[in-house]
Amino acid sequence: MSRGRRGSAGAAVRAGDVPGREAPRARRGRGGALGRVVRAGVARRKVQTLVMVLSTMMAVTATVLAGALLTASRAPFEHAFAQQNGAHLALQIDGSKASAAQVAATAHLPGVIASGGPYPQVTIDHGTGDAGQFGTMDLPPLTVVERPGPGGPLDDLALTSGRWATAPGEIVLSSDFFGPQPTLGMKLSFPDLSGGAVLTVVGAAKSVTGTADGWVVPGQIAALRPGAAAPAYQMLYRFAAAGTDAQVNADRAAVAARLPGAAVTGALSWLTAKLNAERGNAPFVPFIVAFGVLGLVMAVIIIGNVVSGAVGASLRRIGVLKALGFTPAQVVRAYIAQALIPSAFGIGFGVLFGNLLAVPLLRKTDLVIGTASLSVAAWVDIAAPVGVVALVALTAFAPALRAGRLRAVDAIAIGRSPTAGRGRTVRRLLGRAPLPRAFSLGLGAPFARPGRALAVAAAVVFGATAVTFALGLVSSFQQIQVGLSRDGASQVSVDFAGGRGGKSVMHVAPVGGAPAAPDPATVAAAIAAQPGTRSYYGVGSTQAAVSGLSGATTVRLLQGSAAAYSSPIISGSWFTGPDQAVVPTRFLQATGASVGSTITLTDNGVKVPVRIVGEVFYLREGGTDVITDLRTLSAVDPSAHVGNYEVKLKPGTDPAQYVRSLNKVLHPVGADAQDNALDRHDSTLPILDGLIAILTAMLATVAGLAVLNAAVLETRERVHDLGVYKSVGMTPRQTITLVLGSVVLIGLIGGAVGVPAGVAVHRYVLPVMAHAAATNVPQSYLAVYGHTEMVLLGLGGPAIAILGALLPASWAARTRTATALRTE
Amino acid sequence: MDDAALIELHQVTKTYQDGPSAVDEVSFSVRRGEAVAILGPSGSGKSTLLNLVAGLDRPTRGTVTVDGLRVDGLSEAGAAKYRRARIGMVFQFFNLLDDLTVLDNVLLPAQLAGLPRALSRTRAHQLLETLGIAEHAHAYPGRLSGGERQRAAVARALINRPALLLADEPTGALDTASGREVRDLLTQLNQDGQTVLLVTHDLALAQSCATRTVRIVDGRIASDTAAVVPEGAAR
Ligand SMILES: Nc1ncnc2c1ncn2[C@@H]1O[C@H](COP(=O)(O)OP(=O)(O)O)[C@@H](O)[C@H]1O
Ligand SMILES: [Mg+2]
Repeated sequence: MSRGRRGSAGAAVRAGDVPGREAPRARRGRGGALGRVVRAGVARRKVQTLVMVLSTMMAVTATVLAGALLTASRAPFEHAFAQQNGAHLALQIDGSKASAAQVAATAHLPGVIASGGPYPQVTIDHGTGDAGQFGTMDLPPLTVVERPGPGGPLDDLALTSGRWATAPGEIVLSSDFFGPQPTLGMKLSFPDLSGGAVLTVVGAAKSVTGTADGWVVPGQIAALRPGAAAPAYQMLYRFAAAGTDAQVNADRAAVAARLPGAAVTGALSWLTAKLNAERGNAPFVPFIVAFGVLGLVMAVIIIGNVVSGAVGASLRRIGVLKALGFTPAQVVRAYIAQALIPSAFGIGFGVLFGNLLAVPLLRKTDLVIGTASLSVAAWVDIAAPVGVVALVALTAFAPALRAGRLRAVDAIAIGRSPTAGRGRTVRRLLGRAPLPRAFSLGLGAPFARPGRALAVAAAVVFGATAVTFALGLVSSFQQIQVGLSRDGASQVSVDFAGGRGGKSVMHVAPVGGAPAAPDPATVAAAIAAQPGTRSYYGVGSTQAAVSGLSGATTVRLLQGSAAAYSSPIISGSWFTGPDQAVVPTRFLQATGASVGSTITLTDNGVKVPVRIVGEVFYLREGGTDVITDLRTLSAVDPSAHVGNYEVKLKPGTDPAQYVRSLNKVLHPVGADAQDNALDRHDSTLPILDGLIAILTAMLATVAGLAVLNAAVLETRERVHDLGVYKSVGMTPRQTITLVLGSVVLIGLIGGAVGVPAGVAVHRYVLPVMAHAAATNVPQSYLAVYGHTEMVLLGLGGPAIAILGALLPASWAARTRTATALRTE
Repeated sequence: MDDAALIELHQVTKTYQDGPSAVDEVSFSVRRGEAVAILGPSGSGKSTLLNLVAGLDRPTRGTVTVDGLRVDGLSEAGAAKYRRARIGMVFQFFNLLDDLTVLDNVLLPAQLAGLPRALSRTRAHQLLETLGIAEHAHAYPGRLSGGERQRAAVARALINRPALLLADEPTGALDTASGREVRDLLTQLNQDGQTVLLVTHDLALAQSCATRTVRIVDGRIASDTAAVVPEGAAR
C-alpha cells in the first residue's frame, strides 16, 4: 500500500470526519443523529453547497419563466375568448345587397351554434379627435357598430374605463384603438358627414376579437352614414368547427352562399385575433424553453457531480457511520437530504427570481390581452419547484445508493487504499511533451478521473452552448429589429400631412387650420434636390380584396426602384415591375398561395391579377399585406397614391442634420421629415435582450461553478501530492499552472463541442420562434456566426473553466507545504 | 562562526498556535561535508527543525541561513526555488508520487527547475544506475519494495545536485535489511562529499553515517557531540 494515498485519506479525515467527534453524538438518538450528520455534511462543504444552491436556483428560475410565459402566451386568449363569448367570425355585410332579415336568417344555418346581430355598422373616414389641451388628432377610418349594451349573445364587451353609451351622441371606443385609457370626454368630429356629427367618448371597452373600433347606441348609425351610402351590418357567429383557417374559411363560404352575391364585404376570423394576441409572447416561449432545458440538464449534471463527489470524498466517514450502526437506508437518506437542503434554498430563490423576471414580460402580455393577470400562474410556481426537487432527489439517489450499499469495512478500506490511477499512459506521454512540467502534470489530471472530467466537460459544453446560442439570438434580434423597423433600408421618412403612408399622425393643430395635402411631386423634388440624398422611394397604401382571403387586405404600394428589398427577402425575389408582388409568410399561410402563384386583387371593382414573386419578412398589421409596385393599382384606384417617402442617405450624411435642413423646405408645403433612428424602439426586444443576458450569465456561472466544484474536490484529494510537489521545488505560480492546466482540456472540449451545439440550437430555435410569430426568417438572420466569432466563442469554454478553477488554484498555491506533508 | 558553515541556525524558535514551542531558541551550525544526525524522542521537534531548514516552514523567531541564503524570510516562491536548487529531501514515507514512474519522480525537480531535458535524463539514469534501481525506472512506485522506494526518493533528492541533503527518519518505515541498504547509501554519499542533515531514531544509522550527533529534547539542544563511529563497523 502506498503512503501517498494514505496521506489523502488522512486529509479527508481532517476535513471533518474525526470519528471521535461523531461517535458520542450519533449514539444519542437515531433521528437526531441523522439530522446532525446531514447538517454537518452541508456545513462542511461550503463550495459544493453554494454550487447546489446556484444551480438549482437557475434551473427553477428558467423553469418558472418558461412556464409563466407558456401559460401567458396561450391560455389568456382562450380564457378571455371563453369568458367574453368571443365570436369565431364577424362578417361585414352590404345592406344594399342583403336585407337585415336575410342576414339574420344565416343564424339558422347548420354549423352555426350561436350568433349575434345583425348590428348596423358604418366606417367613417376623416374624423378628428379634440382632446382639449392635448391638441387635435387625425383619426384613422373608424368602424362603428350599434350595440344595445355591453353584453350580447356573442362578443361581450368588457368595459376598461368610463361607462357604457346610453344616449345618442355618445361613443365607447375600443381599448385596442387608443390603448386602455382613452381621454374620456374627447370629442370626435366628422366634417364629411352632413350636419357635421360629433360624438363624445364616454368609455372604453375590449372586444376579445376586436370586432369594431367603437360602439354607439341603437339608432345612432343612421346619423353617421355619409350621404347616400348603403347601410351595412355586422353579424357575429360561433361555429361547431372553427379550429383552423380552412374551417373558418369554409364556414364563411357557407354563410356567404346563403346571401346574395358579393353581400359579404369583410370578415374577421378569431384566429387572426388569437394570432395577434399570442404574437406578443409566443416567440419568447421557444427560447425560454431552450434555456430552461439547458438549465435543467446542467442542474442534473452538477447535482449528480456534487453528490457523487461528496460520497467519494467521505467513504471513510460512511464506513464510520455504518460501524456506529447507521443502516444503509439511513445513509441513503442522509446523502439525499444533503443534496435537498441546499437545493431547497436554491429553489426558493429560483421561484422568487423567476416571478420577478416574469412580471415585466407579463406586463406586456397584459397590454395585449387585457384580462391576463400580472402574476405567474400558481400551478407554475408549484410545479417548477416540485419538479426540481424530484429531479434533485432522483439525481442524488444513484450516488447515495452506492454509499448506502457499501459495506462498512470496504468503505473504510476504500477510503484508505489507492484507486488504481487511470490514464497513466496518457499522463506519461504528456510528461514527455515539450511543455512546462507543471502544465503537463495538470493536463494529465483529468485522465486520472475520467468520469468526473466528463461530467464537468458536459457542464462546460452546456455553458458554451448557452453563450453561443444567446449571442446568436441577440445578433439575430438586432437584424430582425432593423428588418421590422419602419423600412429598415431607409434612414429618413417624409410624411405628408393627411397622407396615410405610415401611421396616424398626432400633431398639434396649427393655428389657422391645416394646409392642404401637398402634391407628392413637390415633395419628391425637394427630396431629390437635398444634398445628401442617395435615393428615395414613395410608399402608399390602399385596401383591396384578395382572392382566397376574407375581408379587405392592405396593399402596400411602392414607387421607384430604390424600394427594392425594403423588406428582407425570405424566398423568391423582389418584384421588378407592376403586376408582381411580394407577400409576408402569414399571407401565404392564410391564402394557401405560394411564391410563383398568381392572386387576384379586386380594387374599385376591377380585378387585377398579380404574380407573387417573393416571400418577405414583414410583420406589420396582421402580417397579410400585399406589397407591390404602385403602378399595379394606380390606374384603377384614385386613392392609390404616394403618402410618404423613404429616403436613403449618402454615406457620411448626418441624418439629424439632413432632416433639419430638409424640413426647412418641407414644412412650408405641409410635409415633415423624420429621422428613422428615433422610430426604432420596440419594447419587446430590449426585454428579450435583458432576459437572454440574465439567463446566459446564470448558465455560464453555473458551468464555472461546476468546474469550481471539481477543482475544489481535486485539490482537496490531492493536497498531499501538492505538498510533495512543493517539497521538491514547485513554486506557487507553478502550482496555479498545474491546477489551471487540469481544467484546460475540459474547457477546450467544452468550447469545441458547445459552440457548434449552440449554433445548431440557434438554427433550430430561431425559426421556431419566428413560426410562433407566423413568419419564416431570411437565411441571413440565421447566418450570424463568422469564423472569428466562432473561434472567440470556442475560447469561451477554456475561459469559463479557468475562471472556475482560479480560486481553488490560488488555495492550492497557498497551502503550507509542511501542513500538507504532516498528514503522514 | 565558521566560514565553511553551510547551515547556520541562530536562536530559532517555532511555536504553533498557543502550544509550547516545538523548537526553542536553537542555535547550531553545520559545515560543508558534515553528516549531522539529530536524535530525540518523538514529538521533540526534530521534524519541525528540519522543515525550518528546508524552508517548508518559517521560524517564529530567529534566523536560518543555508549556503549564504537567509531562508527564514523567503517568499513561498523564493522558498520553492531555494529547495529546488540547494536542497534535496528524503522522508520516512518516501513521498513518491504514485501516478508517476520512478524515472518521472526522479526527473520532477529538474523539470520544475526547467533544466535541459537531455542533461537531466542522463543524470537521472546515472543516479538510478548508481543507486541500483535502474531496472525499475519505468515502474510505478507501488510495485517497488520499501528499500527501493527510498532509494528512488534519494535519487529524486539528488537530481539537482543539492548542496544539502535532508532526511527525516529515512529508515523509519523500512525493515532491517532495507534499512541497512539506505544507511549504507547515505554513508557513501557523505563520504563522497555530500553534506547531510538527518533526523532519526535509528542509532545504527546515526553511528554509521553521522560525523556529529545533536540530541534534542523538548525543542532544545541537549547535547552536541562528535559521533563515535567504530572503525569499519558500518562497512
Ligand atoms: N503543523 C503543526 N501544527 C501544530 N502542531 C505541530 C505541527 N507540527 C508539529 N507540531 C507539534 O510540534 C511538536 C514537535 O513535532 P515534530 O517536530 O513533528 O516532532 P518529531 O519530529 O520530533 O517527532 C509536537 O508536539 C507536534 O505536535
Ligand atoms: Mg518527526
